[in-house]
Amino acid sequence: MKCSEFLQELTNYLDGVIDARTKSDLEDHLAWCHNCYVVCDTTKKTIEIYRDSQLYELPDDLRTRLRSAIMAKCQKKKAGPEKV
Amino acid sequence: MGTIQPKVGEPLTEELQLVQAAKGGDVSAFEDLVKRYDRNVFRIAQHITQNREDAEDVVQDAFLKAYQNLGQFQGQSKFYTWLVRIAVNEALMRLRRRRPERMVSLDEDVKTEDDSVPREVADWSPNPEQQYSQAELKDILTRTIQGLPPSFRTVFVLRDVEGLSTEEAAEALDLSIPAVKSRLLRARLQLRERLSRYFQKRNGGDSNQ
Repeated sequence: MKCSEFLQELTNYLDGVIDARTKSDLEDHLAWCHNCYVVCDTTKKTIEIYRDSQLYELPDDLRTRLRSAIMAKCQKKKAGPEKV
Repeated sequence: MGTIQPKVGEPLTEELQLVQAAKGGDVSAFEDLVKRYDRNVFRIAQHITQNREDAEDVVQDAFLKAYQNLGQFQGQSKFYTWLVRIAVNEALMRLRRRRPERMVSLDEDVKTEDDSVPREVADWSPNPEQQYSQAELKDILTRTIQGLPPSFRTVFVLRDVEGLSTEEAAEALDLSIPAVKSRLLRARLQLRERLSRYFQKRNGGDSNQ
């Protein structure tokens, strides 16, 4: 297996959606190709860091304010369209 | 090396009951759905628009639109996937409005021959994120993901941050499954490449200020 072939399968490999044969080919490649090992390992870390990063958490006060606004509009819709 | 597990697990039937109740006019059932997903919608909206005010508007408009169109939700997909689809469209609309000079499209498949070929192959420190304070780390991660084209960062956020499956992301973005996979691979590799600058092992230990 070439490095380019490994890269093509990297996403499927990390997501665990791959057949046993391809998985074993990929792992054979990983065993001797240090560069692909590093790319695979650091890509996995990239995903984990973003997943755990809590970027753009919704602050509680804003959350309450947005929800009130949403629900007020929904109530209005429920009451029927406004008469012009 | 282990695989990455999706984050969102959902008690589906309970959710469908809420949707049914909301369809029948039960506003408090809809409020439960809002509480369940408002954080996710906010994150997705802010990742796409890169603007706090726009993200706030997207949250409101997406939920209102969902409420108004509940009758069209057939239950063939998850409610969350359906909601994300609405939110992504609202967010893209706002992004286009703010940057009319740039084409913003999910079809955008920025092809450069070498963008998927790793150039940076130095290993990272064992706990790279601990080299930085929380604030510095957030800043690095934010700037790095903001550098991706909208179509790439949207796919990455839905799949890897919000935990949608490939099929769900394809449905929410109206893309084919191969298109989602190809964008995801390239988004992951580009982020990895850019983060390597901050996280790779350095000789002589401490790096930062």
